[in-house]
Amino acid sequence: MIIKRPTDIPSSEITPEAIYLRRRDFMRGSLAGIAAGLLPGSLMAEDSTAPAGQALTYSPVAADATDQGFDTREARTPYEHVTGYNNFYEFGMDKSDPAQYAGSLVTDPWSVEVSGEVEKPGAYALEDLLAKVQLEERIYRLRCVEAWSMVIPWVGFPLADLIRQLGPTSRARYVEFKTLYRPKQMRGQRSAFSTIDWPYVEGLRMDEAMHPLTLMATGLYGRSLPNQNGAPLRLVVPWKYGFKSIKSIVSIRFTEKQPQTTWAQIAPREYGFYANVNPQVDHPRWSQKTERRLPSTLFNPNRIDTQLFNGYGEQVAHLYQGMDLRKYY
Amino acid sequence: MAMAMTLSLTRKKQLLFGASLLPLLGFVVQQLVSGGGPDPGKDLVLLTGDWTIRMLLITLAVTPARRLLHKPQLLAYRRMLGLFTGFYAMLHFTAVMTYVVGWNWGRFLEEFSERPYMAVGILAWLLLLPLIATSNQWSLRHLRQRWNKLHKLVYVIAILGVVHVVWLVRSNYAEALVYALLTLLLLGYRLLPSRTARKHRAPVS
Repeated sequence: MIIKRPTDIPSSEITPEAIYLRRRDFMRGSLAGIAAGLLPGSLMAEDSTAPAGQALTYSPVAADATDQGFDTREARTPYEHVTGYNNFYEFGMDKSDPAQYAGSLVTDPWSVEVSGEVEKPGAYALEDLLAKVQLEERIYRLRCVEAWSMVIPWVGFPLADLIRQLGPTSRARYVEFKTLYRPKQMRGQRSAFSTIDWPYVEGLRMDEAMHPLTLMATGLYGRSLPNQNGAPLRLVVPWKYGFKSIKSIVSIRFTEKQPQTTWAQIAPREYGFYANVNPQVDHPRWSQKTERRLPSTLFNPNRIDTQLFNGYGEQVAHLYQGMDLRKYY
Repeated sequence: MAMAMTLSLTRKKQLLFGASLLPLLGFVVQQLVSGGGPDPGKDLVLLTGDWTIRMLLITLAVTPARRLLHKPQLLAYRRMLGLFTGFYAMLHFTAVMTYVVGWNWGRFLEEFSERPYMAVGILAWLLLLPLIATSNQWSLRHLRQRWNKLHKLVYVIAILGVVHVVWLVRSNYAEALVYALLTLLLLGYRLLPSRTARKHRAPVS
């Protein structure tokens, strides 16, 4: 008779590898928690300065990439500001809310629903989508509709590469994207005072989506995206106002008709479907002629002139030939 | 409590003076400690704007508080609160001119003519100027009845101020709604028939 000796450690006691690998995050989180208890919230902004996320493997931006708009010689906005100061209303209205509250978002597992006018619809696991593409670096200007701007080194892949593999049908004229709707982890979606009808929806015309500048980003500054910047998968359309570059994407739908996008629905007079950066077309409540390039300081506001198509006119102006940009703003 | 009772009016005024400066001090400390974030100019514009409307509402609350709490002595603090409203309004205007308009007068005219919330804000600011200029004993003595009339402008300024705030909202109405409600309450209170007014026909300021 064999008496089976129980193993020393019951399996319920074994920490799964994924959690084990995150043990330092846990420690960092606890230390940050203790520090947060000791310091007033505003002083904790520093918390976001240490680069988080995994190091990514990607091809660095090519030396001649400036002509294509893939690179810029302008000074990059420091990591701490790119990740500590942005809009992601799913986590709150303040610029510091995303960095403060996006930690609650679980991005693994992640799946993207592909639907509409497409040959290969279905729910795709993020890993499967990423297995089909090559990551590369792009250094883009980002111009927010609120008249501030940054320069950000993204890591991602051309959206066109993904679209070609999904095989849109001939009826597909637009692409619609949706952000995750998960109020339990996204506190902004629970706010009773928001005018936004969740989930957040954005869209592009097919030729815009296929343009080589249009990037699906999975990282910035060489590391995977922090949650507050739209992890694990976000759009970056550098010639359009920032709100077009939708974050934390869970749905890609190919459509025949122009999608109803979130801001264009809330305030159609203020935000159009195209939302191309254009100093000649003011937002009804503020001027778009200039922008504050961040970081700015009290003694140097760093105000610069805004450029048509955010300076990418050479690459994208032909998409809008013959269109009245005042009408299709 | 006993402590508070023994504080002289002068000391209490000093405390209120210090407390009214706290928002600005907090901002300065934050700049020095954390380097101030990537867009401190915008932060200063918002902070000074917020505290202009808050100070204005606190000032407007003095009269109802005097009656409802039966503490007529609260009048002693009203001028200081009003002047702090003016103080933050001045800072707000300066911050907007520096960080939004860049002291470019062409741009200023454009903002004034094309953006109604800007026009409303500037109008409120202009109307504040005579009130700031006449917030002293000398003016009070020399203007007499006209001083009361002039300072009724504060009601117009409050309405313009709240319109300015509500008009600016991009998506979150919560804070703007609170200001609007408080303004309605505080102005509505003035419309209630006042017992003293009926008895003595005395002007109520």
